[in-house]
Amino acid sequence: MLELTGIWRTYVVGDSEVNALRDVFLEVERGEHLAVMGPSGSGKSTLLHILGCLDRPTAGRYLFDGREVGALPDDERSHLRQHEIGFVFQFFHLLSRLTAQGNVELPMLFAGVPRDERRRRAARALEAVGLADRAHHRPDQLSGGQRQRVAIARAVVMEPSLLLADEPTGNLDRSSALEVMEVLEEMNRGGQTLIVVTHDPDVAGRARRVVRMSDGAFVEGAV
Amino acid sequence: MSPLELIGFAFGALRGHRLRTVLSVAGVAVGIAAVVALTALGEGARRYVVQEFTSLGSNLLIIMPGKVETTGAMPFGGVAHDLTIEDAQAIAQRVGGVVRTAPVAAATETVQAGDRGRSLAILGTTAEYSQVRQVTVAAGRFLPSGEAHQSGAELVLGSKAARELFGAANPLGKTVRVGPYRFRVVGVLAPKGRSLGFDFDDLAFVPVRTAMRIFDRSSLFRVLVEMRSTDGLDQAKEDVLGLLRERHRADDVTIVTQGAVLSAFSAILAVLTAALVAIASVSLTVAGIGIMNVMLISVTERRAEIGLLKALGARNRQVLGAFLTEAVVLSSLGGLVGLGVGALVVRLFVGIYPTFPATPPVWAISLSIAVSVLVGGLFGVWPARRATRLDPVTALTGR
Repeated sequence: MLELTGIWRTYVVGDSEVNALRDVFLEVERGEHLAVMGPSGSGKSTLLHILGCLDRPTAGRYLFDGREVGALPDDERSHLRQHEIGFVFQFFHLLSRLTAQGNVELPMLFAGVPRDERRRRAARALEAVGLADRAHHRPDQLSGGQRQRVAIARAVVMEPSLLLADEPTGNLDRSSALEVMEVLEEMNRGGQTLIVVTHDPDVAGRARRVVRMSDGAFVEGAV
Repeated sequence: MSPLELIGFAFGALRGHRLRTVLSVAGVAVGIAAVVALTALGEGARRYVVQEFTSLGSNLLIIMPGKVETTGAMPFGGVAHDLTIEDAQAIAQRVGGVVRTAPVAAATETVQAGDRGRSLAILGTTAEYSQVRQVTVAAGRFLPSGEAHQSGAELVLGSKAARELFGAANPLGKTVRVGPYRFRVVGVLAPKGRSLGFDFDDLAFVPVRTAMRIFDRSSLFRVLVEMRSTDGLDQAKEDVLGLLRERHRADDVTIVTQGAVLSAFSAILAVLTAALVAIASVSLTVAGIGIMNVMLISVTERRAEIGLLKALGARNRQVLGAFLTEAVVLSSLGGLVGLGVGALVVRLFVGIYPTFPATPPVWAISLSIAVSVLVGGLFGVWPARRATRLDPVTALTGR
């Protein structure tokens, strides 16, 4: 489903160049559950951003379902993010002014989904993460685990084929982390490809495949 | 995303930052309120003057002795001829379209009633004057009409003059003295206020020939000519000039029409209003820059939100639209509040000065609505463009 070939990502910092990714090769099958591990600064977040079409590789080829997407125009990449990719972030990134329901509706709002359908689908997504009774709470009225589950509902409400989670449990206590991982894995069992970036070995250990990164390159488990 | 959903999203965002929203709405509101109130006052001043002049009748010619233009030395040391009662009669009889004329002689003299005296402007004129100048008599009557009475001893008092001289007593039929001459009070005017430089409440009217005799005047102060209509006023002016040229054998009078005076005043007041608008637009510009600042702060503060929207698949166009809508909603709200406040200020002002016809002109209202929307649009573009240019990765990670 995903195929990275010779990916480089180079930042210019002052006068020097920093290689966040160096000649990365990676293949991910549809429905896979993959964990990316590595110390901070090893390039795992950059990898996730490139996979999620939020960032462009400096060099190399990125095939998404056989289509080269590294060099697509902005609008087509937006379309891809909208329909094929769901993001879950470490810091949840919920809009505090909206209710849980409103946050889950957000991607559909920009996709032009009619209001009634938005309501219905958001309610269903919240039910799937076990928060049907919290639909009208604002983020500051929810616990960390609940917020992350709202974020997961938002990530899956457009029914993407790829779910990307960047340290999804990094800000949560043990039991909340467990809840969140169970919800993510539930989505994965439903057929969505799940890639989790983490440096928590317990979280990584739940994945079927683990790749380790160091200094912008894979040291174990890739391809 | 429909426009309605965009507006809903913008309102949500504005509600999320109440203080900031209130402050920037207030900024625009002050600007718009200033435009509304100032143009209302300017327009009110213009209307007030126009009303004053039209109450004189715009079909009026005013003839003054002497030439206003400088024409160099007159041959034979020419002197301006007197403007006489006969001139006024000749104009009434011989110029087409004239309804009536009123000769006016003027002086200032002390009027004595018993032991009370008051220095008054005294106008010598005829019965026609009350119709030409639309003077209303509150008690008694105006000067008697007819040639025979032009030398009579009747006197009509302004309302204030009557009060000062007679107090609560009825002045009708009483005798007053002007210098050594005795007059009988035949009428008191209704209050009228100032007009054409005379306080109509504080003067006295006497028959014209009497006035010229006792004040030792050979020339009239003015001749007022009432025309049947405002059309052909210029032609009538030429005709009167021609007639007087023939009678005086010289061009020695000046004729002023109300139209000329009115348009001069109107032009001055239009400039005044324009100046007020200019002042008000300064505050609008300030308000616009305020909105720009607020939106810039908003963009900077909401980097994460913008990054998130992009990650969720919002296109650049949609992000631009969302922020622009927010700016326009902000400034339009300000515009509406400003209109309300401006109208309130005008109403307060009219409450204090009921005779002053201050109403915000329609053009000012529509202009300020248009401007407030435009201010949001113009000053919102730059911050909104900055928002779309934000890299979603840096926006999300706050790097």
